[in-house]
Amino acid sequence: MNAPRHFAPLARLLHWLMALMVIAMLFIGAGMVASVSERHAWLLQLHKPLGIAILLLVIVRLLVRFTTQVPPLPADLPGWQALAAKASHVLLYALMLVLPLLGWAMISAAGDPVMLSESLRLPSILPANAQAFALLRKAHGYLAYLLFLTVLVHLAAALFHGWVRRDEVLGSMLRGRD
Amino acid sequence: MVDPSSERRPSLSAASLTLRLTAIAVVVAALAGAFAYVNGTLDPQRLTPKALVNVLETNNGIHAGFRRNHSKGVCVAGYFESSGEARAYSSAQVFNEPRTPVVGRFALPSGNPYAPDGSVPIRSLALRFTQSDGQQWRTGMNSMPVFPVATPEAFYQLQQAQSPDPATGKPNPAAVPAFFAAHPEAAPFLQWIKTAKPSASYATETYNGINAFYLVGPGGQRQAVRWGVAPMSQDAADATPPQGADFLEQDLTKRLAAGPLRWQLNITLANPGDPVNDASKAWPADRKVLNAGTLVLERAQAQDNGDCRDINYDPLILPSGIEGSDDPLLAARSAAYASSYLRRTSEVSQLPATQESRP
Repeated sequence: MNAPRHFAPLARLLHWLMALMVIAMLFIGAGMVASVSERHAWLLQLHKPLGIAILLLVIVRLLVRFTTQVPPLPADLPGWQALAAKASHVLLYALMLVLPLLGWAMISAAGDPVMLSESLRLPSILPANAQAFALLRKAHGYLAYLLFLTVLVHLAAALFHGWVRRDEVLGSMLRGRD
Repeated sequence: MVDPSSERRPSLSAASLTLRLTAIAVVVAALAGAFAYVNGTLDPQRLTPKALVNVLETNNGIHAGFRRNHSKGVCVAGYFESSGEARAYSSAQVFNEPRTPVVGRFALPSGNPYAPDGSVPIRSLALRFTQSDGQQWRTGMNSMPVFPVATPEAFYQLQQAQSPDPATGKPNPAAVPAFFAAHPEAAPFLQWIKTAKPSASYATETYNGINAFYLVGPGGQRQAVRWGVAPMSQDAADATPPQGADFLEQDLTKRLAAGPLRWQLNITLANPGDPVNDASKAWPADRKVLNAGTLVLERAQAQDNGDCRDINYDPLILPSGIEGSDDPLLAARSAAYASSYLRRTSEVSQLPATQESRP
């Protein structure tokens, strides 16, 4: 069986949907912690359900990733670039999975009810503990910045493939039927 | 079949390569720049939670592990007994079940945890009601009837007016009067504080929620409200003048040893047109008041290791059936408390009570 030249349609749908959600989420998070206006309150109300939606989607996405064939990187890609591509994808998946869990855990550790809406509450996943909260809250912030940097590198690399190398990498996520 | 994209491309001219790399840099820089604007780096004039908490630290010093404002206090616990009177207005479980456990905190409104109790005429009470469905209602109330200002920006400027002048190391005595001269909305607060005296007891005070909220009823109808608790028994609290710097906690412990303390939870219903977004303005005295039930406080604990220590009394942690209003102070309190909470939870191990070997 030949390796496909493009990502499976479902994988592409998940990629672009989550790209929008993750970038929106990063801006919402950075904006809400830097605001004392009513934006703080409504961004926080968006942040929590969106985070749980990303957590659910990344699980679906990992399943799709492991059950569909992925187009290979170009054969002439320098070794360090191929390694960087693999490592950055592992990092992206790990952060998309870990950040919502950290958010959920830190709200739990603060002893706050984990409210996704005015009446929908998720169970706490940790007992209330101030020191655990402080650690988780800081990790949530720092790792979110790491995710933003990784997204920027990912974007730059995708455009480099599309505009400079002009290979099939960008196209494999943009279009194609196989 | 030959996919055209797999064919070798002619190499780029130097000019074209430069243009393409520049285009990539522009795209990445635009996204990074937008992010830096949103997180405040490129918008230094914006009032942030960090700036609000920083000015409190500037004015009071940093007391590791303590709240950055209302730092001196004592934990209390008990329960709330609903009268059922608020049930028609709010579907919140706290008004619909007979009894809801409460963890609260009495405090002084200063960022100095060692401030003498007689130094300010204001006392505060924060409460956390934990409903059996796991939802919570948190509220922070003060003994004054109105807030001095209506916006977080004005609150920030009022704090700045009390900051030490870098030249003298002391606050400029003209700054606070100048602030109030420029803020006529503070008149009701200034009128109240003129006659306010530091009370000898936390137990004899009325505590007002000050900010407006909405009660949301079973049918979805919304009613703007303000709430507060009023002591159910008045006594000769002023018979003996308070001694020392920490008489409030001693008085509270003594009273609780003799029996529980009770307050009535009053919920004032706004008329159409009453200001719901301005905590500096009182509502007319003839507004309908619900007696929502009784707050019963049974025991006190030192705050350094008590149950209230790790609670962030964020006024926007609300159960279904209570919603925040568009009072801009609510969002600001929520945002600033989160910043203070992260700072102090990072320093829990530095609290006096947790340092066993402290001399």
